[in-house]
Amino acid sequence: MKLALRHGFVLLMCVFALVPILFVVSAAINPLGTLASTDLVPNGASLGNFADLFTSDRYPFARWFLNSVVIALTASFASLLLSMMAAYAFSRMRFRGRRVGLLALLLIQMFPQFLAIVTIFMIFTRVTELYPAIGFDTVWGLMLLYLGGALGANTWLMKGFLDTVPKELDEAATVDGATHAQIFWRVILPLVTPILAVTGLLAFIGIMSEFIMASVFLRDPESKTLAVGMFGMIAGDQRNANFGMFAAGTLITAIPTVGVFFWLQKFIVSGLTAGAVKG
Amino acid sequence: MAHDAHAAADTRRGPRPRREVTTAFVVSRVAVLAVAAALLLYAAPPLAADGSWVSLTLLCAASAGIAYLYLTRRFVPAKYLIPGTVCLLAFQVFPVLYTVSTAFTNFGDGHRGDKPAAVTAIETGSVRQAPGSPEYALTAAVRDGELVFLLVDPKTKQVQAGSGQGLAPVSGAQVGVTGKVLRAPGFTVLKAPEAAARGQEISKLAVPTRGGVIKANGLSRAVEGRAALVYDSSCDCVNGEGGPWAADETRGYFVNARGDHLAQGWQVNVGFGNFTRVVTDPTISGYFLGVFGWNLFFALASAGGTFVLGMAVALALHHPRMRGTKVYRIALILPYAMPSFAMLLVWRDMFNRDFGLINQLFGTNVDWLGQSGTARAAVILVNLWLGFPYMFLVTTGALQAIPRELTEAASIDGASPWYGFRKVTLPLLLVALTPLLISSFAFNFNNFNAIQLTSEGGPFPAESPQVGATDLLITYTFRLAFGAGGAQFGFAAAISVFIFALVAVISAVAFRRTRKQEEVYA
Repeated sequence: MKLALRHGFVLLMCVFALVPILFVVSAAINPLGTLASTDLVPNGASLGNFADLFTSDRYPFARWFLNSVVIALTASFASLLLSMMAAYAFSRMRFRGRRVGLLALLLIQMFPQFLAIVTIFMIFTRVTELYPAIGFDTVWGLMLLYLGGALGANTWLMKGFLDTVPKELDEAATVDGATHAQIFWRVILPLVTPILAVTGLLAFIGIMSEFIMASVFLRDPESKTLAVGMFGMIAGDQRNANFGMFAAGTLITAIPTVGVFFWLQKFIVSGLTAGAVKG
Repeated sequence: MAHDAHAAADTRRGPRPRREVTTAFVVSRVAVLAVAAALLLYAAPPLAADGSWVSLTLLCAASAGIAYLYLTRRFVPAKYLIPGTVCLLAFQVFPVLYTVSTAFTNFGDGHRGDKPAAVTAIETGSVRQAPGSPEYALTAAVRDGELVFLLVDPKTKQVQAGSGQGLAPVSGAQVGVTGKVLRAPGFTVLKAPEAAARGQEISKLAVPTRGGVIKANGLSRAVEGRAALVYDSSCDCVNGEGGPWAADETRGYFVNARGDHLAQGWQVNVGFGNFTRVVTDPTISGYFLGVFGWNLFFALASAGGTFVLGMAVALALHHPRMRGTKVYRIALILPYAMPSFAMLLVWRDMFNRDFGLINQLFGTNVDWLGQSGTARAAVILVNLWLGFPYMFLVTTGALQAIPRELTEAASIDGASPWYGFRKVTLPLLLVALTPLLISSFAFNFNNFNAIQLTSEGGPFPAESPQVGATDLLITYTFRLAFGAGGAQFGFAAAISVFIFALVAVISAVAFRRTRKQEEVYA
């Protein structure tokens, strides 16, 4: 009896969790492709929406996908490296200002970068005048911006992991004559690869979904990311007509992340409990 | 490379060993110098062309500093800290400080530039056709490669040449029936398509006259305009219609005796004006408290609600005889793995009145996001959907760490399951999860996406289109800065500073409560 109750409750929550996703799937394969004609149970199946998505002149979806993946891959990889290097210094070295630096990072981590969006806009107006290559409407400027938040987001987490790696390992390497750089690249990094993968995945997903900075930053259709572009796809009076295409795009965006998510599921649970937060 | 390491070890026997020069060593040093040089070469010319000498000096110092840091053997920790710190300073710390300083100005639409820029804008913006001045027939022509206007007075048929330097009479020109100049000695008359191709140049050319300027009006007419408003530096005021307009340095406007001001102003320091405006301006302060209250409630409900839901599911699955947990877990995690921005938009459309799924399923016709009560419930429901899988994952992890003996001991001692949960399981869970709950609260306090992508802050009451029922402080700030009502960067920055202060207070309280973090400094 008690077990039946448990199953009942969990089933109810599963329904809650799955209804919107089922709705997206149903919309994506809906041959009519409008919001009004979409039901929870698919009323037909066609790949027309997917075909429309890749052949549309107004919405360069493939281009957005590429932009998003390039930005997210590069920025998450670079931010991992930056915060890993900082974590190595904080965990393994003793120097003046270490405590202050750690505290400052903890404090800065509390301030979301987009609160300063107004002045970031002003700063990049100037940067665009001087260096158009990293100004508005470019992926590189946006990437730099994301890197600004790198140290604050992950350094503490990484330092925690590094502290669990026994110090004797580096000492042994030092005795063998390894330099600090060799220890970092050859000893430390290989030992923390699993957790690097998880933090990297979370950073990747966070950047893929980032909207506010990208929407201020990218206005040229060719330079948009998925989040900004797909938002525009169902804006205003396009909302009903383009919903099928939008749902198809959502599914395509989701497939890689969902796949990797389940692949890394075990690590994710331990990574999350240690304090990683999806953006 | 292992070979190199051994070689290096051999040289370490002396009292002060010299570093072995390996390939990696040389390559890395060359790379560092190349990066520093490339940075300098790319960034310096625009700064020099622009005359920003302070920035240029800083840039050179930074490049030299980086080159030195990575060539010397000293300052090892700095080698690892500098790359991230530079990004942090440039794109996070500097914007925050800049925000604070902007909060004390009136920067925004109408106050973008400095005073001379405002004067120029006012004078050129007030140009009207001078009364009694002729409407010239215009022929675009080229003299020595320079664009000039050939102007024919419609009454006197006199031909003049107008360039950036002024007017000069032209003799011997042949004028056609339409009033256009057909040919003139020393000039090459542009044919219609050629003139059209240089349309932008033509509309830009202003021929100065005694009282104003002559500008093209289309491609075949030109009129003399006079500035209705003229700046007079002796009285620091603008003379002309409605004036005199005296400069008001505290507001950054030219104002007249009746208290009106010209639309174009300049940027001035307004002290605490923006902050006092939040408190004293009745159209803002009344709503501001409301927004703040709802913001707090939203963050608490999101963090608390997701935790309760997630924990309930985790507890339900946490039973030795529970079957099918793997399948359940996959279904429950899915909302967390889907791209959140897209799912927020999907939820928005599920709540749509005319086409939405929710109205279709229940056969209702409710404008969910159009009424403040249902809109608030809707955004919280959406946020619960997005957030509970995370809490479920986290609680599952934490539950597995609690030894079963503890709860079993409680039940043997006669505690009811509920009592055992309240006195044993929950406190242990909270120890592990409080830091996450606090960061979840802080995240949701500024959860821009959850609002902007669903209700966009709406619905908006008729009397105040600036503040909506589901607005968070951050979406409100965003609308002030970039919304349709005109940019108020200074005021938006002041609200950002206010949010900074709130976040700081929250984190201060949070850290007092979680001493756990402190131990890590050791």
